[in-house]
Amino acid sequence: MTELMTFAADEVAPGREAVYELQGIPAGREVQGQAEALCTAALGLLSELAAPAGIIAEVSQAEFEAVYHGEGRNEASTPVGDIFNRAEHLALFAVTLGEEISREITERFRSNDFALGCMLDSVASAAADKLAELVESRFFGALRAEGKTTSGSGAMRYSPGYCGWHVSGQKKLFEVLRPERIGISLGPSFLMQPLKSVSGVIMAGPKEMHCFDDAYPFCERCETHDCRERIRALLGD
Amino acid sequence: MDILERISEKLLDGDDQEVGRLTRQAIEQGLPPRKILDDGLIAGMGIVGQRFKVHEIFLPEVLMAAKAMYAGMDELRPLLVKEGVPSAGKVVLGSVQGDLHDIGKNLVGIMLRGAGFEVIDLGNDVAPERFVETAREQEAPVIGMSALLTTTMPVMKNVVELIREQGLDGQIKTIVGGAPVDAAFAGEIGADAHGFDAANAVERVKLLVGKTSK
Repeated sequence: MTELMTFAADEVAPGREAVYELQGIPAGREVQGQAEALCTAALGLLSELAAPAGIIAEVSQAEFEAVYHGEGRNEASTPVGDIFNRAEHLALFAVTLGEEISREITERFRSNDFALGCMLDSVASAAADKLAELVESRFFGALRAEGKTTSGSGAMRYSPGYCGWHVSGQKKLFEVLRPERIGISLGPSFLMQPLKSVSGVIMAGPKEMHCFDDAYPFCERCETHDCRERIRALLGD
Repeated sequence: MDILERISEKLLDGDDQEVGRLTRQAIEQGLPPRKILDDGLIAGMGIVGQRFKVHEIFLPEVLMAAKAMYAGMDELRPLLVKEGVPSAGKVVLGSVQGDLHDIGKNLVGIMLRGAGFEVIDLGNDVAPERFVETAREQEAPVIGMSALLTTTMPVMKNVVELIREQGLDGQIKTIVGGAPVDAAFAGEIGADAHGFDAANAVERVKLLVGKTSK
């Protein structure tokens, strides 16, 4: 079953720390003056312009396998490829903040208002992540309400373009999920429009299935290794 | 403090109105446009770049300064064009095909302009052919490529190969950057340089411009 959902802009407003991190400001550093004022202004623009929406569809392992293999361009071994067979529930999802935010960012850069444009970009990126997190929570909450989880269950999301899942995987994902219904389209290079959109799969099951070492060949080129933090957060739930 | 130092100081404060006003004032005083550019605006952005490099300031302050720089440039540009003052060089810039992330690339472009370069920004999702064609048409000695996805990094190699295939490797140099891109990858694909951040990219481009054959 496919579910379409909308959210209030304020529900996806990110914390300032997340925004500052995206601006390259080290955690714990006191932020005031221009940077603080820019962040306040960007959060105001988010509240005014964002139109958060999501779409989610539960799929079987076989259906997901076809989506995952996509155009056949994934790395030989990936976390998603190693995990999905152990997942008890899989859901394809896509979320977007809408076109207005991206238009505003572009316009700010065009008018040389780089600092606010860049801050708004960071606010919107953090907001899109928060929106994806909200959809994941809603999916997992529904599973829990239906008695389909245990105390050892957990969910994590993975996206094409990351961790060895080739970005061309978007094509099959879009064919099955059809996020056009919430205004997301896919370009010839598998780019999503609006830009501040996130898509992927939510995999729910025993928390431990998500515990992988970031030692895949492609992990060497990853600077964030944020999988570690996500796994830690999941296990700490 | 002379007017050029005041321009630099106001630029560091990110005060675009004052930089614009002082630049107009310097022009009215008869200072050569090239001197205002080099010793006022570019000097100020040089300090900004250094402070950014050592983490004394961060992106918001850099971009406020850049806006102030552009305010000064708006006043100077007609005079620089009139006098035929050359830029520090042309750079074709873009995020590679398949990659939609362009903030890092934009920052590099802003810093390059701040250092006196002419930047031809092709945006994101740029095909290898477009990078090379534009560099040829514009006679740009440097192509700068950005990627944030590991899956789009191979496109950088396609650009380097295309330059070689067309016999342009003496004339067009390449610099690559982006979160997953490192110096080792740049070496593997035959790129001429790697910029680990915007300030470093500017330094690398300055070196590359000096290495190209005309």
